[in-house]
Amino acid sequence: MFDLQGFGDQLALGAWMTLKVAMGGLLLGLLLGIAGALLKLSRRRALYAIGATYTTVIRGLPELLVVLIIYFGSAGALTQIAGWFGYDEYVELSPLAAGIIALGVSFGAYATEVFRGAIQAIPRGQIEAARACGMSGAQTFTRIVLPQAWRIAIPGLGNLFQVLLKDTSLISVVGLEEIMRKSQIAISNTKEPFTFYFTAALIYLSITIIVMVGQRYAERWAGRGMERRAE
Amino acid sequence: MNWNWSVIFDNLPQLLEGSLLTLELVFASVLVGGICSIPLAIMRTSDNWLVRGMPLAYTFFFRGTPLLVQLFLFYYGLAQFEAVRESILWPYLREAYWCALIVFTLNTCAYTTEILRGAIQAVPQGEIEAGKAIGMSRFNLYRRIIMPLAYRIGLPAYSNEIILMLKGSALASTITLLDLTGMARTVIARTYMPIEIFFAAGCIYLLLTFIFVQCYRLFEQRLLRHQRISRPA
Repeated sequence: MFDLQGFGDQLALGAWMTLKVAMGGLLLGLLLGIAGALLKLSRRRALYAIGATYTTVIRGLPELLVVLIIYFGSAGALTQIAGWFGYDEYVELSPLAAGIIALGVSFGAYATEVFRGAIQAIPRGQIEAARACGMSGAQTFTRIVLPQAWRIAIPGLGNLFQVLLKDTSLISVVGLEEIMRKSQIAISNTKEPFTFYFTAALIYLSITIIVMVGQRYAERWAGRGMERRAE
Repeated sequence: MNWNWSVIFDNLPQLLEGSLLTLELVFASVLVGGICSIPLAIMRTSDNWLVRGMPLAYTFFFRGTPLLVQLFLFYYGLAQFEAVRESILWPYLREAYWCALIVFTLNTCAYTTEILRGAIQAVPQGEIEAGKAIGMSRFNLYRRIIMPLAYRIGLPAYSNEIILMLKGSALASTITLLDLTGMARTVIARTYMPIEIFFAAGCIYLLLTFIFVQCYRLFEQRLLRHQRISRPA
């Protein structure tokens, strides 16, 4: 039943596209997550409110809706902004860009909470010690807080990345040629929906397994300075 | 950019109608999935590797693949087989509604099974031994000691799962169902006003999540009332 009828290489291309969106979403999401955590930990109420609104709104919306809003909603806004700069054509995001933004924004909202927990777990005395040595706030963050926060954050981030990987399938709805879209194209030619959707499922499963293994290595790497406990 | 409020109010009845379908799908699948997860979770904690492995294969597949793939696999995929098309279940499997319901149930059941398994394994050993010591049968042990404790332990994680299901139900729109997202897309196809309608749909989702979280908090407080620290008034 696994006769892919010559569409195997197309599915491989789709898998490659899925990985590209996932990595793009991960990078953007990590940046947004760190920024969101700093906002939420800020003592200024306005900054805290921005962070809190971001996480509440995005975590309450279905990911599919976020994808649709960013893809269809951005076109009007972008065309308008381009108009202000005297550019009079219709502007829209490519499905790839929309996908990376949508996944990044939603990963970032969840990652905010993970980073916030991790940053709060760093003993206060270490930060005070760094300041006492004359490090600036930024130096304290990049040299003392972040390297240790990674270790605490990685298990949580790994789980979020698994969710993000599965959410990449949603971008097929706006036409990005990733695994699902490629399967649909193959199906419209071969009329064998089960074969191709099942193959797609197996590809996702194998990516998930690889990520699980990668996560274990990442955890070991981030915890390399810690004493190893018996497992 | 001109913000058009009237298009939101004109189409609000339709969006609310879609919300009803969303709620119906979520409620039914969470209920049935929750019930089915109980025996599966108990199997997952078995000492026998075969008994433990069967539900693991099921939960691994449903937790490791996207919900969208599962939906398409059922809705479009099953029709590939002659045997399915001729079976007595075909009138149901042909309907997008039943497919969505079955897939959502299987999906949430897989996640709930793992939550419940973790909770069962977290029940303190001493309490189980105490139950055995006073001569409880295995069935009574589960009914009176293990499951009630496991439910309380798994409660917070379970609320996350229900919220995920509420958001996941938006995928029903991809197999032609007119749930909240599906309705929103239909209205947009007619009015060409994506921003306003998506904004309205987003607000309804946020409202649903908000109401759910508040209700769940009350429910949780009631179930965990024995743990509340009593403060002098």
